Amino acid sequence: MERRVYFRHKALPYFLLAPQLAVTLIFFIWPSIQALWQSTQIEDAFGLSTEFVGLENFALIIADPLYASSVLRTIFFSFAVAALGLSVALYLAAKADRVIRGRLFYRTLLMWPYAVAPAIAGVLFLFLFNPTFGVIGVLLNRTFGIDWNYLLQGDQAMLLVILASAWKQISYNFLFFLAGMQAIPRSLVEAASIDGAGPKRRFWTVIFPLLMPITFFLLVINIIFAFFETFGVIEILTKGGPAGATNILVYKVFNDGFIGLDFGSSAAQSVILMGIVIALTVVQFRYIERRVTY
Amino acid sequence: MVERGNAGRQMSHVILVLAVLVLAFPIYVVFVGSTLTLREVVQAPMPLLPGSQFVENYLTALTDGALEGGGGVPAWRLLMNSTIMALGIAIGKITISIISAYAIVFFRFPFRMTAFWLIFVTLMLPVEVRIVPTFGIVSALGMLNSYQGLIVPLIASATATFFFRQFFLTIPNELLEAARVDGAGPVRFFFDILLPLSKTNIAALFVILFIFGWNQFLWPLMVTTDPDFNTIIIAINAMLSAGDDQVEWQLVMATTMMAMILPIAVVILMQRWFVKGLIEHEK
Repeated sequence: MERRVYFRHKALPYFLLAPQLAVTLIFFIWPSIQALWQSTQIEDAFGLSTEFVGLENFALIIADPLYASSVLRTIFFSFAVAALGLSVALYLAAKADRVIRGRLFYRTLLMWPYAVAPAIAGVLFLFLFNPTFGVIGVLLNRTFGIDWNYLLQGDQAMLLVILASAWKQISYNFLFFLAGMQAIPRSLVEAASIDGAGPKRRFWTVIFPLLMPITFFLLVINIIFAFFETFGVIEILTKGGPAGATNILVYKVFNDGFIGLDFGSSAAQSVILMGIVIALTVVQFRYIERRVTY
Repeated sequence: MVERGNAGRQMSHVILVLAVLVLAFPIYVVFVGSTLTLREVVQAPMPLLPGSQFVENYLTALTDGALEGGGGVPAWRLLMNSTIMALGIAIGKITISIISAYAIVFFRFPFRMTAFWLIFVTLMLPVEVRIVPTFGIVSALGMLNSYQGLIVPLIASATATFFFRQFFLTIPNELLEAARVDGAGPVRFFFDILLPLSKTNIAALFVILFIFGWNQFLWPLMVTTDPDFNTIIIAINAMLSAGDDQVEWQLVMATTMMAMILPIAVVILMQRWFVKGLIEHEK
């Protein structure tokens, strides 16, 4: 890993690192320390004075039933997005891996949603599922007689943000699965084929086990995506509503801090989220280390 | 050849074509909507074939804006803001990451590992978890409603630094030795040898970071209160919040199409580098 030969120069490396470190310290480390500090403060109603309260903000959050329900919603939402996005992508990658002609063509046509912003994915699904003029929304209401209005019904709102988020994530997962399948030596698949295993059998006994590391990696990435990057989907489609039905943790931090101006509680929630990111990152990196040494 | 029959393969084609159509359907509907009149859009159900207003809607959105009666910020300005932000973030991240990776891999100096860990930590602090205090700092520095405010706080990058570090570690020691024997100093080595070798890696990273910058949402939402500095995505969010009777849906749809075209074109036209960058950058 380390080099044996390197340059001897006293000042230059510090100059090279200076821009990155300056941005890191000013915009990453310092605000995080402030968030830690703010999470121990309570501001009075007029914002005139603040008081040190230790862990009281955390105690209030943990005791708050709204927070607990937001945690449960976030977990449900993240696993639903990951499960839907991963299973569809795996299925499509398996199909694309089997065709001989046009694999690149399909890859091109399946990968572009990666470039669509989560917020724009929200806009697309808004146009489709709007209860009064959305193509599918109207169809559900009129033809199928379902009382479809995601702005009033919490379950439908949750379903819609899951669909929009998973739609956006399918292409990303697909590219990784397809690359993973292409990396599997043909001889392995051919050997299984000679032993009489059909396509289904080959997939489950040869290909899928070899894809386990990628699947696990993607699971972590998808959960991180659903936890943090779906903010735009929620803001566009539901703004956390109706009645908090889609108020996931990231949206709640923003809402309590920027709209509700409850900085102490928002900061304490940020600190809890930081803990979650750190845990997920550690899981991700430990797995990568293992994969490198194997 | 693994396969005996053809039936399974043909079935795969059918499924893949269906998947392509289903995935593209939301965009097709928005495209159709962007070519209709407002009345046609809100009549339920909306027509599913393109209308006659294509040129008119896009021209109005581009030059006048998408609010009622053509008010608001024109889309050309929003597209310019998004382009500046995406280019600034992509170029900024690549520049500061490549030089810090260079320092970490090719030099030995006190606190080298400290610097490495400081950069690593940024991975664990996405903007979403430090929203309020970061906003406070940017505001104190007078960077609200400016391109610097949109770009600079986002250009630290642990993943880009690791990406270059991984690549630099594969450069043979002999190359460095030869360069030193020939009298090349660190600056010369960087510009004449390392940079040309890194070309494809830079291209790969550029695609991913351009998309990352273009698609930012929470950050521009906070730091731009002046509509003239909005990115196109933030402006669409504002249009949707304008209140139901004021929303000119056909213009919002045209603006939405324009917000997608450039990043999709970048991904498709640069797909060779993009796929390489994606798979190597993320792991």
